[in-house]
Amino acid sequence: MSIRGAPVEELIRRAIAGDRRSTGRLLSLVEAGGTEAERVTELTPSPTGGAHIVGITGPPGSGKSTLVARLIGVASGAAPRPAVLAVDPSSPLTGGAILGDRVRMTGVDSGAFIRSMATRGHIGGLALAIPGAVRVLEAAGFDPVMIETVGVGQVEVDITAAADTTVVVVTPGMGDAVQASKAGLLEVADVFVVNKADRPGATGTRRDLELMLELSHVTGHEDADYRPPILMTNSLDGQGVVEVCEAIIDHRTYLESSGKLAERRHRRARFEVANRLQGRFDRSLADLLDSDPVRILLDQVAAGTVSPAAAARRLAQHLVPSEARAAGPQFS
Amino acid sequence: MAEDRIRVVLAKLGLDGHDRGIKVVARMLRDAGMEVIYLGLRQTADTIVAAAEQEDADVIGLSMHNAGHLTLAPAMLGALRAADLDIPLVVGGIVPDDDAAGLEEAGVAAVLGPGATAEEVVATIRRVVRGE
Ligand code: B12
Ligand SMILES: Nc1nc2c(ncn2[C@@H]2O[C@H](COP(=O)(O)OP(=O)(O)OP(=O)(O)O)[C@@H](O)[C@H]2O)c(=O)[nH]1
Ligand SMILES: [Mg+2]
Repeated sequence: MSIRGAPVEELIRRAIAGDRRSTGRLLSLVEAGGTEAERVTELTPSPTGGAHIVGITGPPGSGKSTLVARLIGVASGAAPRPAVLAVDPSSPLTGGAILGDRVRMTGVDSGAFIRSMATRGHIGGLALAIPGAVRVLEAAGFDPVMIETVGVGQVEVDITAAADTTVVVVTPGMGDAVQASKAGLLEVADVFVVNKADRPGATGTRRDLELMLELSHVTGHEDADYRPPILMTNSLDGQGVVEVCEAIIDHRTYLESSGKLAERRHRRARFEVANRLQGRFDRSLADLLDSDPVRILLDQVAAGTVSPAAAARRLAQHLVPSEARAAGPQFS
Repeated sequence: MAEDRIRVVLAKLGLDGHDRGIKVVARMLRDAGMEVIYLGLRQTADTIVAAAEQEDADVIGLSMHNAGHLTLAPAMLGALRAADLDIPLVVGGIVPDDDAAGLEEAGVAAVLGPGATAEEVVATIRRVVRGE
């Protein structure tokens, strides 16, 4: 039967029963947004304790996808099946995307569920639909759920808010790794992986990271009772990947025993709600700025008769009411 | 908003290493605003079916250059049917005209060959997704 028109409840029932097509369809609904997406999210509440959500992030080409494929290989021996959400950027010009992470995941265990997602204009290294997609995969019984971010630089660290455990993948010759530590990416790691350890410079990169961790220890930045391990891998032949898997599980154990898991889940909730609010706000703002009276005001700003600050002040009071009025199902 | 964003799975089967065409097609489709799930080389009918399910593909595109189309394309159709997937299949690459007619009769939604322009490729995918 056609899956396209199937009601959300039916799709969820089938997804829980193991029908992958229904899971795939639900993920599309979540991505598309709108009332159906909200319905899916409402019907797939995150079970307490839920799946282990593992973020895999790092610069473009560092080997995230190749490592994820290896991790699937290690994880799929255990009972629950792993899932992957692999995010690649959408073209800002056309909105289209070439989602290529899957190329590196050919030949992985067929029990794993892999979904490619485009950022669809969202910045921060993830797609807006990621939290909803994670819920669908959790509901369908997948565990762990790995999220591969787009190749990120230094500031796009949304992943830490979406995942329980964040794995930062770097490579030898990242030269200014210590430099980079000033900004974001390296500070968010729960597990460090120096991938491509078969290449020269790997031990140097490892040393840079160790130094950086020392520094954060001194400045009191770091969690006193958890120190991110630094592991070396060659994802081409799988060396070191079992250790990465163990470190990921150890981190989860630490989160549970220290009570920090609840803290992370709270952060995740905050992130998800904030994202949804942001979406609503953005739409309200766009509606407001596109309305006729505001056009006239903007012309006055352009002509220099009204200051931008005065215009913004005047418009600010409209945002909340317009939000309330327009809060229909189209906002999701 | 993105409700109608077309998702295309693109793949090559077996040992056929001609991947210039499929890469060109991937860009054409991206530039037309579609999301291309690029599987690349060395796929099998089974890996393509699995990807199409997980990715909720609207259409599957195969690029074929090793003269295997007369067996491989029908096998792909068979695998889709066996999985109860009603996703259209489009074939491009080196397919002689006579063979193209045969493939379309067998259920391939469209066949495109060398020199196909971006407009043709994009229009074909859109048409096939609309079910025409
Ligand atoms: C370049 C080339 C190679 C390169 C490939 C480089 C690469 N990475 O792609 C190299 C040198 C490696 C090569 C090797 C071989 N090749 Co060669 N190669 C060609 C050549 C000259 C051009 C192909 C090409 O890249 N065209 C440019 C692209 C952009 O065009 P395209 O692929 O046709 O794609 C367009 C359309 O077909 C369509 N399209 C393609 N795919 C899809 C998919 C979808 C979904 C859609 C909608 C559209 C679409 O849209 C594209 C844009 O217009 C062709 C001859 C020819 N004129 O086609 C022979 C040709 C394909 N090769 C051939 C052969 C025999 C071989 C070898 C077996 C030779 C040998 N004995 O070693 C090997 C096989 C290697 C292997 N592992 O598969 C034969 C195939 C014969 C057949 N099928 O009956 C051809 C036709 C040459 C010939 N006349 O004999 N080859
Ligand atoms: N030498 C070596 N190459 C590797 C290793 N891991 C990955 N590669 C190669 O590095 C390249 C990039 O790998 P990917 O897994 O696609 O990297 P990625 O981080 O997922 O890339 P993006 O998603 O594009 O940011 C590929 O050519 C891999 O084969 C490794 O451990 N050693
Ligand atoms: Mg990748």
